[in-house]
Amino acid sequence: MLVSFLTAAIQAGTPLLFATLGETITEKSGNLNLGVEGMMLMGAVFGFQIGLSTSNPVLALVGAVVAASLGALIFAFLTVTLRANQTVTGLVLSIFGSGVAGFIGQKLAGKVLPNVVKNFFKPVKVPLLADVPYVGQILFNQDLLVYLGYIVIILSGIYLYHTRKGLNLRVTGENPAAADAAGINVSLYKYLHILIGGALCGLGGAYLSLVYVPAWQENITAGRGWIAVALVIFATWNPYKVLLGSYFFGGLDIIGFRLQKFNIRLSQYILDMLPYVVTILVLIAISLRRSKDNAPPKGLGEPYFREER
Amino acid sequence: MNRRAFIQIRGITKTFGAVTANNNISLNICKGEIHALLGENGSGKSTLMNVLSGIYSPDSGSIFIDGKEVHFNSPKDSIKAGIGMIHQHFKLVEVLTAKENIIAGQKGSFFIGSKDLSRKIKDISEKFGLEIDPDKKVYNMSVGEKQTVEIIKVLYRGADILILDEPTAVLTPQETKRLFDILRKMKDAGCAVIIITHKLNEVMEISDRITVLRRGETVGTVNKNETNIRELTEMMVGRPIDLSIKRIEKNPRSPALQVKNLTVLNEDKRHALDNISFELSAGEILGVAGVAGSGQRELCEAIAGLYPVAGGEILFEGENIVGKNPREIIKMGISMSFIPEDRLGMGLVASMDMVDNFILKEYQNQKGFLIDRRPARKKAEQLVKKLDIKTPGVHYPVKLLSGGNIQKVLLGREIESNPHLLITAYPVRGLDIGSSYTIYDLLNEQKLKNVAILYIGEDLDVLLELCDRIMVLCEGRITGIVDARDTTKEQLGLMMAGEAISDGIGGGL
Repeated sequence: MLVSFLTAAIQAGTPLLFATLGETITEKSGNLNLGVEGMMLMGAVFGFQIGLSTSNPVLALVGAVVAASLGALIFAFLTVTLRANQTVTGLVLSIFGSGVAGFIGQKLAGKVLPNVVKNFFKPVKVPLLADVPYVGQILFNQDLLVYLGYIVIILSGIYLYHTRKGLNLRVTGENPAAADAAGINVSLYKYLHILIGGALCGLGGAYLSLVYVPAWQENITAGRGWIAVALVIFATWNPYKVLLGSYFFGGLDIIGFRLQKFNIRLSQYILDMLPYVVTILVLIAISLRRSKDNAPPKGLGEPYFREER
Repeated sequence: MNRRAFIQIRGITKTFGAVTANNNISLNICKGEIHALLGENGSGKSTLMNVLSGIYSPDSGSIFIDGKEVHFNSPKDSIKAGIGMIHQHFKLVEVLTAKENIIAGQKGSFFIGSKDLSRKIKDISEKFGLEIDPDKKVYNMSVGEKQTVEIIKVLYRGADILILDEPTAVLTPQETKRLFDILRKMKDAGCAVIIITHKLNEVMEISDRITVLRRGETVGTVNKNETNIRELTEMMVGRPIDLSIKRIEKNPRSPALQVKNLTVLNEDKRHALDNISFELSAGEILGVAGVAGSGQRELCEAIAGLYPVAGGEILFEGENIVGKNPREIIKMGISMSFIPEDRLGMGLVASMDMVDNFILKEYQNQKGFLIDRRPARKKAEQLVKKLDIKTPGVHYPVKLLSGGNIQKVLLGREIESNPHLLITAYPVRGLDIGSSYTIYDLLNEQKLKNVAILYIGEDLDVLLELCDRIMVLCEGRITGIVDARDTTKEQLGLMMAGEAISDGIGGGL
């Protein structure tokens, strides 16, 4: 029972994982992109459309990534090059993305993905590891994108904390003036990581429409993009904690459904509130502790202009 | 010592909007010398060095290093040319360790291998006698340690030209001594060291040659051995301008403001004001001189009720106003106009028009729920006429006016409220001569009305001509309160540099 719950929690948490990691990387560059929901929806709808018309799962994922990155590119151009207000730009991107998804998706409802695509995303056992009792079933009998999730988390952790480029990224987000004085190309770092962030959000969206649901439905993300923004804070901008937080919130997402089996009936609305209530509690805890290590990047939300006086 | 000019700066001009920060500045710097760049606040020292380190790009002029002309499009280019700048406000990331801050932006192995790097950092530290724990996080460091990290950062990049912008501004005397030892070692190692400062004692202690800037222009370069503090002061503050400011002679009446043993701590728990006491009479202009950051701002804000007071009393017409909120203090008739470096930072709401800015200070006196704009508009219109404020209309956003006109609006508003005590800080900052004189006339007019005026100024000539008495602040302490009628600029300069003149006028010379 618990095994199947945890297995499902990981699946429910995977779209959050991609989106939250994407937003974490974006915020590490000092830019707050509130367009996660929009970028996820763009990824979801383009992934589904391309999967449907080409029957090629890899192309579908690539399409999702490209679409969401283009959304992120708009954000990057506005906030880095034109130094527009990041909050407003992000919100606009969210609304824009859901508009695009609604427009393209109106013909997609009720369509069924080709079997090639469906089969590609079926759970695959990892040899040996899957045979470990309990753990193997939960972690290593999953679909390919869940595994990709593990990989990007580990790679991001290594990148951020053990490479020069990662260090430069952190310096850029914390203090762009210091980065600039140290010879780091601030705009390049910001652009690059906003785009990577967008790509990951697109993957998160594609996971929903291609694997998790898998079908197209209006507003398929159902606010997961906003949860991802909150999860970044929950995870205190640390990719490893992003993994834990995403799966935890994935569990919260499906817990109501599971509880029904035990005849425990909680209003769905109460359950929908849970992730946000947890986020509020975490925000309070972080604010009270005031630890400098768990603080957001110092330059977050501030445009950088070298010759400002 | 190699006497060939290693860095040649030729005809650098840099403007910010209407402000000319650097005007055709030329400068030569040799290897193995410590070159001091001396000048008052706003004379363009930092701007020039920011040009040299690639942060600002100059409007015109050229830079030669080792005989070759260089063009810096970004700090990266200047780092490549061997220039390392240690900024006044450290450019460090608090949450990272010393080591991470040092290697940021550096090329090298993809992964941060720790052993090699730590050894290299250690080598540099030992060579110059710097002490640092590479794995300590910056937020756990003292100011001195942070500066050490900054120095290692530029040395690690192989810099042989070091620029230090006001490096001693935040250091204790002991830390300053240690820094100077390090700088001498660098000089011996063949580095060119440029130190920006306005502290004359330090200039005389550390530098080989001194270049003085004034109002964005080069006054001259002198050898340390062939000059003295008095000459430098004169170069720094300039010869008196031929226009003289009239001082209205008037017998001051009873004290309006008495400050007794006032102590104010800044955010770092340092003494921004250390046990200062003075009196200011009605109908008197008391000037406050001092290098920037000597506690002027804290003094203004403490009196206006904007800054927490750690100890002492501020008596206004006999009543202690410490602990009162700004509105109560305004009601008592104390008015402050502070012109910060960016001019718009304090006092006015930039995007509002004149009328609304007037109402900000007035609306509490109005009755009823709705705001009546008419009296404020009338006042604004009167002020435009009286002060010759150049504006398309009183409903024109303040920020679109020129600096001088903005300052007239601010000071005019404060005067309109008929204060008993007027605090005005840097009211002529960045103004042309004509506008400056309008402001001086305004202040004199207030003096005639028996207003007590605390005038925080930069230009010593003006202070000497306009004020009755001048109080000199240095590092939060009063180094002298002198009569402006028989004090010289040189004496003020000495006191600003920290030489206390104990027995009042002329005692130090």
